[in-house]
Amino acid sequence: MSSNITYKSLTQLADLLENKETTSEEICSEYFDRIEKVEPQINAFIKLDTEDITKKAEESDSRRKAGRQLSRYDGIPISIKDIYNVKGQSCNCASKILAPYTAIYDATVIKKIKEKGFIPFGRNNMDEFAMGSSCENSSYQTTSNPWDLRRVPGGSSGGSAAAVSAGEVPASLGTDTGGSVRQPAAFCGIVGLKPSYGKVSRYGIVAFASSLDQAGPLSRNVLDSAVLLDTISGLDKMDTTTVRDKRDDSHESIVRKSNENLDGFKIGVCHKYLEMDGLSESIKENYMYSIEQMRELGAEIIDISFPYTKYAIAAYYIIATAEASANLARFDGIRYGSRIKDYKDLNELYLKTRGRKLGDEVKRRILLGTFVLSSGYYDAYYLRAQKVRTLISDSFRETFQKCDVFLSPTTPTPAFKIGEVSSPVEMYMADVFTNFVNLAGICGINIPSGLTKDDNLPVGLQILGPHLGEDKILKAAKVFEDNREIKEFIPDL
Amino acid sequence: MNKQKKTIDVDYIAGLAKLEIDESKKSRFQEEMQNIVDYVDLLSELNVENIIPTAHAAQMKNVWREDVSENDFSREVMLKNAPELFDEGTIKVPQVLPGEGTA
Repeated sequence: MSSNITYKSLTQLADLLENKETTSEEICSEYFDRIEKVEPQINAFIKLDTEDITKKAEESDSRRKAGRQLSRYDGIPISIKDIYNVKGQSCNCASKILAPYTAIYDATVIKKIKEKGFIPFGRNNMDEFAMGSSCENSSYQTTSNPWDLRRVPGGSSGGSAAAVSAGEVPASLGTDTGGSVRQPAAFCGIVGLKPSYGKVSRYGIVAFASSLDQAGPLSRNVLDSAVLLDTISGLDKMDTTTVRDKRDDSHESIVRKSNENLDGFKIGVCHKYLEMDGLSESIKENYMYSIEQMRELGAEIIDISFPYTKYAIAAYYIIATAEASANLARFDGIRYGSRIKDYKDLNELYLKTRGRKLGDEVKRRILLGTFVLSSGYYDAYYLRAQKVRTLISDSFRETFQKCDVFLSPTTPTPAFKIGEVSSPVEMYMADVFTNFVNLAGICGINIPSGLTKDDNLPVGLQILGPHLGEDKILKAAKVFEDNREIKEFIPDL
Repeated sequence: MNKQKKTIDVDYIAGLAKLEIDESKKSRFQEEMQNIVDYVDLLSELNVENIIPTAHAAQMKNVWREDVSENDFSREVMLKNAPELFDEGTIKVPQVLPGEGTA
């Protein structure tokens, strides 16, 4: 690798800082060099203010010199998906309608990482308003997958995943509404965690579908995701949907202790998934390999049938678009963001501003959401979908009475080529294993589990746990990570 | 869900959503949305009688707090992102009510 910094984890960087083997300024400047080298091919960042970051790094170094570091992670950079408000920085959600927009406050998650001394490090590309599974819906640029530049990094947190995978940052913060952290993490061969609903505050994160959105870390390994989860989670008076999660140990210490086997652990799997249409051979093989691996590590494997997988996407696209159509009504050209100049009355201002500044996928979802909520259709679509959502949640509650965690592939295929998937319904299928997790409000993690034989593309395993069951999925992921065949997932860049 | 096929009127829906749609793209939107709606219709296969719809992902009850007003932002800061200002102190909008006057 290019330097002794590029592919280090958060905890390794913290050790180097603690032992005075490096400084925050040196770390940031190494990442700047790396970005200069690989970013022209990857395009993971929409914006990177090197001057401001260097200043923050210097401040961190002086704090540490004086023995006043905010935590052992003080001075470590974390890149941020373009959906979080970071005071003084642009926040565009990769949309023209939010350009220009400068955040006037910090999202709770950002406030929390700053309190530990982490440095917000640039704005990562994403699908516009987090709507997409490939990053192709960004109105700024197309991001490439570091494993194969002709392929997508996944989405919507594709810029975040590509940046971590390409060694441009040690970790990133994304958001996951239907798989937007886990799916790009799987495509790029990194760890991505979607916390339980209510575990992390949504305050200051631009809303897509409020009952499904959660912030989550993308990182090199399981331990780093645990560190970031400890940092960002917690009750927040600015978000009344946050929950209290009483615990004796930090997630970090749980993961640090999870270094042996999975004796006594019950792991649910679904062999029926192997018969699913559209599941690629490499994914099937890897799923079977992962199940065997877990068995060898001491876990008891329990076959569980989960009847709602195919219905979940349908319910998801009704609920998510309904909420999105309401949430995105605020982008109307009145109070913030852009406004077209040639309007003759208020209605035309709304129509033209939204019509010209929003991308096609966002429009499609607003239209769909408006349709399913419109008079005469509400009961048939929205209400029915919310009932199906109850069935899905109940079924998971039953599942987790039988097992500690549940395994599925994270995605039905490895990363596809840029421009390859053109129909919306086909694109929605990329989230067949991730959507239902958000509907049920439970937690899930992607852990890289292999590489395809033909194309050398990463494949991911999804480990799901009950609501607030993060310790369980982190433990299973950590033991799997320590024992999987491929130790490190580093693309040849 | 009734069995008759639902056809989507893109113009009507776009009007409700306050979205101008390019003439050239209307038929494509119509077709794509129709495909999505046909797909989600598969939910009609499930029996949802007597199922309570989900109202909250984490099944929370009411969350209360003291009703205290907090104002973290000055007027100047709040107006920083406004696209058009009137007199530097208010957001400029076109006339809302019909009648005499300038926009």
